[in-house]
Amino acid sequence: MSSRKSKSSNLIQADYLSQVQRILRERFCHQSPHDNLFGVQVQYKHLIELLKRTAVHGESNSVLIIGPRGSGKTMLINHALKELMEVEGVSENVLQVHLNGLLQINDKIALKEITRQLNLENVVGDKVFGSSAENLSFLLEALKKGDRTSSCPVIFILDEFDLFAHHKNQTLLYNLLDISQSAQTPVAIIGLTCRLDILELLEKRVKSRFSHRQIHLMNSFSFPQYLKIFKEQLSLPSVFPEKIFAEQWNENVQGLSEDRSVREVLQKHFNASKNLRSLHMLLMLALNRVTPSHPFITAADLMEANQLCSMDSKGNIVHGLSVLEICLIIAMKHLNDIYEEEPFNFQMVYNEFQKFVQRKAHSVYNFEKPVVMKAFEHLQQLELIRPMERTSVNAQREYQLMKLLLDNTQIMNALQKYPNCPTDVRQWATSSLSWL
Amino acid sequence: MAYCSARLRTRQTYLWVGRPSLDQKLHYQTYKEMSMKREGYSTEIHIQVGQFVLIEGDDDQNPYVAKLVELFEDDSEPYSKKRARVQWFIRFCEVPVCKQHLLGRKPDTQEIFWYDNPACNSNISVETIIGCVQVVALAPDEVIPIHLKNEKTFFVKLSWNEKKFKPLPPEVFAQLNKLQEDNHRYQKSMEAKTKSTESPSWTTTEHAVKRIESRHSTSKSRHTASHPVTPRARKRLELSGFPRTPNTKISQATSCASLDSPGRMKRKVAFSEIMSPSKRSLPDGSQTSPPAPKAPEKTGEIQHSCTKDAKKTSPDLGMILRTRVPALKTTETSEERTLTPTRGGRKSSMVPSVILKPEYIERREGKEPDVQDEATSTSRIRRKSSLLTLNRIRQQLRFLGNSKSDQNDEEFLPAAEISDCDSEEEEASTTPLSRRTPNSVSRNLHSSMKSSLQTPSKTPKKTPEPRTPRDATPRIRSRNLAAQEPTNMLEEARLRLHVSAVPESLPCREQEFQDIYNFVESKLLDHTGGCMYISGVPGTGKTATVHEVIRCLQQAAQDSDVPPFQYIEVNGMKLTEPHQVYVQILQKLTGKRATANHAAELLAKRFCTKGSSQETTVLLVDELDLLWTQKQDVMYNLFDWPTHKEARLVVLTIANTMDLPERIMMNRVSSRLGLTRMSFQPYTHSQLQQILMSRLRHVKAFEDDTIQLVARKVAALSGDARRCLDICRRATEICEFSCQKPDSPGLVTTAHLLEAIDEMFSSSYITAIKNSSILEQSFLRAVLAEFRRSGLEEATFQQVYIQHVALCRMEGLPYPTMSETMAVCSRLGACRLLLVEPSRNDVLLRVRLNVSQDDVLYALKEE
Repeated sequence: MSSRKSKSSNLIQADYLSQVQRILRERFCHQSPHDNLFGVQVQYKHLIELLKRTAVHGESNSVLIIGPRGSGKTMLINHALKELMEVEGVSENVLQVHLNGLLQINDKIALKEITRQLNLENVVGDKVFGSSAENLSFLLEALKKGDRTSSCPVIFILDEFDLFAHHKNQTLLYNLLDISQSAQTPVAIIGLTCRLDILELLEKRVKSRFSHRQIHLMNSFSFPQYLKIFKEQLSLPSVFPEKIFAEQWNENVQGLSEDRSVREVLQKHFNASKNLRSLHMLLMLALNRVTPSHPFITAADLMEANQLCSMDSKGNIVHGLSVLEICLIIAMKHLNDIYEEEPFNFQMVYNEFQKFVQRKAHSVYNFEKPVVMKAFEHLQQLELIRPMERTSVNAQREYQLMKLLLDNTQIMNALQKYPNCPTDVRQWATSSLSWL
Repeated sequence: MAYCSARLRTRQTYLWVGRPSLDQKLHYQTYKEMSMKREGYSTEIHIQVGQFVLIEGDDDQNPYVAKLVELFEDDSEPYSKKRARVQWFIRFCEVPVCKQHLLGRKPDTQEIFWYDNPACNSNISVETIIGCVQVVALAPDEVIPIHLKNEKTFFVKLSWNEKKFKPLPPEVFAQLNKLQEDNHRYQKSMEAKTKSTESPSWTTTEHAVKRIESRHSTSKSRHTASHPVTPRARKRLELSGFPRTPNTKISQATSCASLDSPGRMKRKVAFSEIMSPSKRSLPDGSQTSPPAPKAPEKTGEIQHSCTKDAKKTSPDLGMILRTRVPALKTTETSEERTLTPTRGGRKSSMVPSVILKPEYIERREGKEPDVQDEATSTSRIRRKSSLLTLNRIRQQLRFLGNSKSDQNDEEFLPAAEISDCDSEEEEASTTPLSRRTPNSVSRNLHSSMKSSLQTPSKTPKKTPEPRTPRDATPRIRSRNLAAQEPTNMLEEARLRLHVSAVPESLPCREQEFQDIYNFVESKLLDHTGGCMYISGVPGTGKTATVHEVIRCLQQAAQDSDVPPFQYIEVNGMKLTEPHQVYVQILQKLTGKRATANHAAELLAKRFCTKGSSQETTVLLVDELDLLWTQKQDVMYNLFDWPTHKEARLVVLTIANTMDLPERIMMNRVSSRLGLTRMSFQPYTHSQLQQILMSRLRHVKAFEDDTIQLVARKVAALSGDARRCLDICRRATEICEFSCQKPDSPGLVTTAHLLEAIDEMFSSSYITAIKNSSILEQSFLRAVLAEFRRSGLEEATFQQVYIQHVALCRMEGLPYPTMSETMAVCSRLGACRLLLVEPSRNDVLLRVRLNVSQDDVLYALKEE
């Protein structure tokens, strides 16, 4: 009876948990404009005022939002646009054009995309007609016809703004910024970029037409704020259907934020990177460990997640290598030590390996040369070593110069964790001269 | 147009017809008629003075249209002795593109304009005449009748005098109308007899006059008769489609100028509101035309019915008028004066209905068969005559409508009576064809006319066709919420400080303005061409100054101080490819579209052949350096055209660098550019201050010294006026933010300005480093340490990593794994604090600092 009861309660809890996971995953993965902004109130106010002036007064503007990756640039503009659209009478009066430098890789595509999004008259269905020259003159003509008071303001959002600066002659940027500086259709040009040197990329006449407004997002929060963000990101909203469970969950989160080991983990994470996207990654990994039998996130979960985050990927590869391949890597390490990072070739590695096998090894079998060659090639395929020059057909593979892409400390760390590593190999690794 | 190609293949001979009459004054012989014989054809084409002809021009597709005024033989001319004097018409496509918008509507395909320009050479060689053409004069708001539409018929509604479109002067209109009818008659008779010895126009004109009289009686158009012309001419005037309200008693001569008088306005209103019912009946009459050629035996009947209609309507109208006349007498004495019936008198034009005597109608009846008799031989002729009759009927109906609107204007008739009359009229004019559905009646005149004039089978409802993208009109949707106007001083200042705000004057560029103005003006006055090169760093007012010059010159051209010119602007940055410049120029010059190569040919033809352009073209080429090509053919052409004497092309070029001609141009290009150079220096601080002051003249938003501060700052940095304005604009915003009371923000202070300048110009690298995470900072330290160790400004990632691990150990940070460190490195690389190679090089990628080492040290120390 009691077991059935617990089973049914388990089922109910599983239902809650899946809801929790859905809500939190959405929060971590989508840049939804419903969440709070952290520490960017000043920038937000600047941006929203600027957008309002374009939308309401018909004033043309241009602005760049600059900040490192994951600092919330897109989030900021999405928030601002959402608020702008909620202002009465604005939503049907403003046209938005979203461009992304990764998608619109040249002006021709960008022009078509603008025309399509503005739904101008040379658009039929999803197709835009005319050559790119015609499209450009058509679009410019269209934008020129308008004036401050009568035509609909257009908000251009250029994501990855720096990539537009690489287009030929920067024609698109010149024209957009020129419109923003002349009495034509009111436009707001908002560029998002993570490059701090963006102004140096602009050509001088393009630069002159840019208003030089810059909004910097710098992740300028301290650790206590970071902790607060952590709490806020993990707590359930008050609208969650099951109040009791939500309370329990939130209490648990509160407890976590006060836990010493959790703080340590967070501090380590904070030290590595301040951006919220990496925090989301950490929380996501921790969240995935939540099951009906393990309904709340614990400090151990977070530590595990942190370990996953900061794992050395190449070390992991080394763990899966065969003893022969480990031996080759050790031989390369010795060569690097002896010749001071000079490149080596297969023959040198093979000789080094031979020396080890003949003089020192007890457990390592003396493999044939072709077998060793095969192992060497496998290492190359794993990109643990890489050739200095491109492989040519004629060159003998034994003598092709290679470089090791592993650091000494990496090798030693990997060897320590390597399961069933023969002692003689381990000894050989620690000292290249020990065989003497 | 097929006849054009035919013309090219065959040679033609031109002969005078008839006896010459010697012009006493000019000592040459004038002729009334000529004949044109095409080689290999037996038929001759006879062209008479007063007919409309096509004249060979630049464009084979669109030959010039003109009216033959005189034919004469002139021995002094070297090439052809047979000369003709013509009155030109101009096609819409010949109107300069920049003036085309003055028409304010889309021209009809066959619409032409009376070319009212005495300066234009009207003396041509007879051999350039291609053939006859028909020109129909219409009232400005009349719709072009579709049944007359063919490529040999043109319609003229307005005149063009190089400045604006005007309605046709009434005398011209009347003349044209008469000629048009003459032409009908003439062509008919020509075809019937194939040979004419004496000009038959005398008889026909007489007919016409009589007809006019009769029509006039019903139409009762009121013209004052103070016009000193021969009776016949006056009659023609009466025919003209310019009915007036009775109280406008302006002389005919000034009518043209007084078109915008309130009387006319009134009439327009009346047209749109009251005319519709009578217009309703109108298309019915014209609908008879399509079946006419198919069933020629029917036309007679239709004609009869039409004439009967006319008869029927006229008594109706008579009644109405009768009721009206006493009323007029009682109300307006001046009206009375014009209304006094002077029968058969030369002076009055207002013929009250009282004198609408049967004899008039009889005469009309007697005349109509005349026309028919004349035109019995072939079906084609019959069609012509039927058309003629229809025309007449339509005109009459229009007059009726006008008269009705007049009545309504003065509200003499009760509404019921009008409707009565309408229905009667409609009934009367309903032809055997179907009646029109009432829903189209409510629509405006234009569309209802059009739809009903189409084939009867077509439904009157016009379905919106999907527009082809070619003729799509570029425009952005207009807003429905009105843009807010500035509410306080700061907003007002911000509006004025926006770069787009056009200042009343351009301060600090007076000298440059004067130089450019003088240059262009002298070229305009001398009718020559030339090039000018203007250079200067961005934001020094190059384009603005040129625009100002052009604006002033256009003003001057309107005041006739300088000859009129055409202004075209192209911008190298607004082209996708240098050769597109030809396309843009051609399109702005003529409105035609062509491919780049074809456009280049057409432009070369236009600018390099003799006498092709009538007015000077001023071409502004902005961002010239973008027009550079490997062969430099674009630049070469642009600078070569002005050197041709006939081109009359002034080219103003703008670019940023002063030595552009020497640097990138070949010798033959830069030589053609010439040495007329001008360089815009960056603004000095006092100039910038003046610019700001002039913009903020009436707005007190800034504290006194602040403007000077910003001017000095910008002058020291770049001298870019745009920067200056942007900083001030931003400062007003900061001031508004920082102010507590939103209603009465204070003045912009120095602090605000400094904040704005700081925001715009301070390097963000240091803040970025300060705000980066601890590992990132430590990585930067490691980079510095590695640089110091190796003595180079570049290191591989592996080397930096070793330093980084050591640093972390020293600072008690946990051991950073390779992957973590790589992530840190790529993050720093993404925001360009570091310059890194692509990450496929893995640990071997090379790292450099994008900031100076001192800056990094400074940023890292401050903690």
